[in-house]
Amino acid sequence: MTKLLEVKNLSVSYGNNQVLKDVSFIIENGDYIGLVGANGSGKTTLIKAMLGLIPITKGSISQFGIIDKRQDIGYLPQVAVTGNTLFPAEVHEVVAVGLLGTKKFPKRFNKEDDNKVNMILKKLAIYHLKHIKIGDLSGGQQQRVLLARAMVSNPKLLILDEPTSALDPKVRSDFFGLIKSINEKNNTSILLVSHDLGSIMKCSKKIMLLDRELIYFGSTEEFSMDESFKEFDHFGINSEVHS
Amino acid sequence: MIEVFDLVKEAFSYSFMQRAIIVGTLIALSSALLGIFLVLKKYSMIGDGLAHVSFATVAIAVFLGASPLLVSIPIVTVASIFIMQLNEKAGIHGDAAIGLVSSFSVALGVMIASIAGGFNIDLFSYLFGSILAIQESDMYFSFALAFVVIALIIFFYNDLFAVTHDEEFASVIGIKTKRMNYLIATLTSITIVLGIRVVGTLLISSMIIFPTVTALQVSRSFKSTIIISSIVSIISVTVGVIGSYIFNFPSGATIVMVNAIMFVIFLAAKKIIRS
Repeated sequence: MTKLLEVKNLSVSYGNNQVLKDVSFIIENGDYIGLVGANGSGKTTLIKAMLGLIPITKGSISQFGIIDKRQDIGYLPQVAVTGNTLFPAEVHEVVAVGLLGTKKFPKRFNKEDDNKVNMILKKLAIYHLKHIKIGDLSGGQQQRVLLARAMVSNPKLLILDEPTSALDPKVRSDFFGLIKSINEKNNTSILLVSHDLGSIMKCSKKIMLLDRELIYFGSTEEFSMDESFKEFDHFGINSEVHS
Repeated sequence: MIEVFDLVKEAFSYSFMQRAIIVGTLIALSSALLGIFLVLKKYSMIGDGLAHVSFATVAIAVFLGASPLLVSIPIVTVASIFIMQLNEKAGIHGDAAIGLVSSFSVALGVMIASIAGGFNIDLFSYLFGSILAIQESDMYFSFALAFVVIALIIFFYNDLFAVTHDEEFASVIGIKTKRMNYLIATLTSITIVLGIRVVGTLLISSMIIFPTVTALQVSRSFKSTIIISSIVSIISVTVGVIGSYIFNFPSGATIVMVNAIMFVIFLAAKKIIRS
């Protein structure tokens, strides 16, 4: 498989507090990686470092298949679904923001951009919501809109930070199914942070277990069979999958 | 009715009223446009904080016998950047950072006024606003400010929308979010300094908050919010200034009252539409 991105000996510290230590891994084209770990294990820090949102203390992040990070990496941030319901934006306005990364000043949208927005809305089955105010949508619908924003530039890698934490079980299950189909149909690589180990192990091809250091990175199948990872309480993760 | 019409006609015949309407309209437009970003980013009270800073700067200018405008604009701008820095670097949350700078500035202003022998008429007019104090230079500054604010909205509309909706995502797609925030803070500072002539330091934040919150009651999209809040703001200032002349009310308080009435009307309209 083609290498997309390589993280080598990555360390991140906030003052004297080392949050990540010597983390190394490679993301390949078509990967579906479930990133798991307890609260404070450095999951969000790792993602933010990969996206260039925070400075790294040591190590490197090399891009291979990714030419322009702003276009080739789609990001779905950890959001409170119940956010600002008064925010005055219709769905298509929010989704179009995902195309701004490649635009040059004065960053105007054209007909082609409208088509891209329409296409992604149809793909995620939310075209009928195009002119609805984002604050009027349910949590699951809002999450699909933000996923559309992350995907509208047709990225090679999709990074999702706990996208299902505020959703109810049914919507959560649908969302995981949707991500799986995006991975399989488009061959888009996925890096998904989740506390829901049961769901993530059903969908992902690889598991990355983080506890400030990389504890495990390999196939989900091997992970599920490895006796040493059967006691997940140590990492503070839901271990229902093994029961 | 005819009497009121005659009074309005009479009001427009005075050059100080013409200046007040022109400056008021331009400040109303600028404050409404900037207010959208400040209110939605939960930075509404920065207007209040900077108004308090401008109280101190006006006190300094009056004490030194200098131009309040020329003293206030640079100092209030620096204060707005300082508030943002406190928020970003010192980890002091927005409202607390505003509170710190605001209370310090009022204390400084009161001390300077005390040294100068108490509050004189000049300083008092800046507290509550006085359309008589508006000078021709204010008009030119207001034109320049409104021009820059409108240009900012036109050229950076999509970036501003992205930063306001989701700053983290905006950073990921390469938008210079800090630069945008500082630009808005700087323009807000200038708007505040120019606006205190019309409504005073105590009420200027209402010109930033009211139009946006009023527009949010009925608007569905970002563009419609910009249009509605600008119209609401201009109507409030125009009606407020003319109303203050007709009924002999203070201009600042009248403008805020009109703004409040507009808000209640829009809130009621929202309830009716929803039901």
